[in-house]
Amino acid sequence: MKEYTCIVCPRSCRITVEEKDGELVITGNTCKRGYEFAKNEYTDPKRMLTTTVKVTGGVLPRIPVISTQEVPKDRLEDCLKVLYGLELKAPVQYGEIICENILGTGVDIKASRTLQAK
Amino acid sequence: MKEIRTDITVVGGGPAGLAAAVEAKRQGAEKVLLIERDFELGGVLQQCIHDGFGLHRFKRRMSGAEYAQKFIDECEASGVEVFTDTMVLEITKDRELYACNSTDGMMHIQSGAIILAMGCRERTAGQILLLGARPSGVMTAGSVQRYINMEGYLPGTRAVILGSGDIGLIMARRMTLEGIQVEGVYEVMPNPGGLTRNIVQCLEDYNIPLHLSSTVSFVHGRDTLEGVTVAKLDENRKVIKETERYVPCDLLVLAVGLIPENELSKGAGIELDPKTRGPVVDQDFMTCVPGIFAAGNVAAVFDLVDYVSQSAEIAARGAVKFIRGEKKADAPLCDVKLDGNVNFVIPQKVEASFEGTREFFMRVKKPDAETVLQCTTEGEPCGRALYQRVAPPEMLACEVSGVKNGDLTISVAPRG
Ligand SMILES: Cc1cc2nc3c(=O)[nH]c(=O)nc-3n(C[C@H](O)[C@H](O)[C@H](O)COP(=O)(O)OP(=O)(O)OC[C@H]3O[C@@H](n4cnc5c(N)ncnc54)[C@H](O)[C@@H]3O)c2cc1C
Ligand code: SF4
Repeated sequence: MKEYTCIVCPRSCRITVEEKDGELVITGNTCKRGYEFAKNEYTDPKRMLTTTVKVTGGVLPRIPVISTQEVPKDRLEDCLKVLYGLELKAPVQYGEIICENILGTGVDIKASRTLQAK
Repeated sequence: MKEIRTDITVVGGGPAGLAAAVEAKRQGAEKVLLIERDFELGGVLQQCIHDGFGLHRFKRRMSGAEYAQKFIDECEASGVEVFTDTMVLEITKDRELYACNSTDGMMHIQSGAIILAMGCRERTAGQILLLGARPSGVMTAGSVQRYINMEGYLPGTRAVILGSGDIGLIMARRMTLEGIQVEGVYEVMPNPGGLTRNIVQCLEDYNIPLHLSSTVSFVHGRDTLEGVTVAKLDENRKVIKETERYVPCDLLVLAVGLIPENELSKGAGIELDPKTRGPVVDQDFMTCVPGIFAAGNVAAVFDLVDYVSQSAEIAARGAVKFIRGEKKADAPLCDVKLDGNVNFVIPQKVEASFEGTREFFMRVKKPDAETVLQCTTEGEPCGRALYQRVAPPEMLACEVSGVKNGDLTISVAPRG
């Protein structure tokens, strides 16, 4: 059994998910959106990935990046390792793809701002 | 001294200032000047690399930097004149500004209208009762955020966070991802200060403990921080001695609240509201000094950047009306009246002759479920919103139209 706090709306219902005879039993949600939320959290939790990547020759030494979609939660750490290994050269444009299809997840990582050269 | 004349001068190039300047241009103001003390535009958003911005406005989960970039691009395309690396030092009640930078030196700027958009400040160790030594390694969450996200420094290896405001929660996750061990978050109040979403995604996701009704009761270390004593608090917020515990750490992060940046406003003789700690404003976000408007976090701590932009656009439309002589300097004002569970509202006042539609923003005093936000004028409804749940960390917004004779009451109360 697993317990989640629903974050879809501020009501913050505590939802429990249990597996009984191969079926999910979801309780504690007030509405359908909470049901979907808990089901996804249980079967395939995902998160947006945001971090910074090293840049040389820019007005700042790091540039913020963001994933184009959510990444499976258990892949986040490996994705971060890949990004920490990169080094970009300024200028970098907003929206530029920094890493395509990161670790085969089907998600791209893009620059979330423009960073001018120094 | 260099003399400059503008139609509208905007002080501060964060999301509020950017939205105000762009909207002033869109409304037809000719010479709009935006002044920013940092080397670039974007304000605090440039250090907010996490997602969760722009959900209302762009219907998409953007990072703070991304949200800022959208407005910076718009600002560049719109013909707003921008001075970066320029500090505004003083504003007078006659809409004059004194500013300086390293190329032009001192400047005297006479404006048709001024929009204040200086954002807010974080409360520091001096403003909360933090006992013990004053070593290095004690810093605000915003400073830690700027160090890590923009300047590329890791300011510690093992951190304790005091305060559970959203910035602290966001930084708990961020520090963890950067390899700083976060021992826990300590919150004086019995309820968390930040949004549930952040408690779940920033603390629970990473198994970072949240200690409610707890505090840092002593800071240890002569020159650099060595550790802190943490303790539980009783109902009277007194330290329970037996619960004291020593936690070694080299970073104490303070996330203990924001205060509108109001040195300039005070100098101009602007009246402040003790509740919001920002200027008292009318429905156009004009302060008590005619022609000086306030928008974004300098007006009240909004949290949600979408509301920040919205308030700035209202202020800009007001400022353009003012320079065209369509908004009176001395219109009689009425207080917006509060009822039920409303702690404060901004705008706090409306002109007696106010017509049309405007947005009002408020916070509740205490959490409640199944509530209705009701706006009434002379006994008739003039705005309404339903909430399944309200809580002090979530600002509420409501559109109000058809106010008669400046009579507006806003209440939040249980439904039925
Ligand atoms: C850590 C953190 C996390 C956040 N997370 C979220 C989130 O997830 N979602 C969300 O919607 N919102 C979030 N916010 C809120 C959002 O960032 C703010 O509401 C918004 O940035 C406020 O905009 P502003 O323009 O009023 O102030 P600021 O962004 O602070 O901009 C003010 C600007 O004025 C300049 N300035 C000040 N004084 C002077 C002077 N005298 N002369 C010249 N320039 C001056 C400053 O340098 C600054 O650039 C977060 C905020 C913080 C701090
Ligand atoms: S279950 Fe429904 S009502 Fe409860 S928090 Fe989730 S979305 Fe809101």
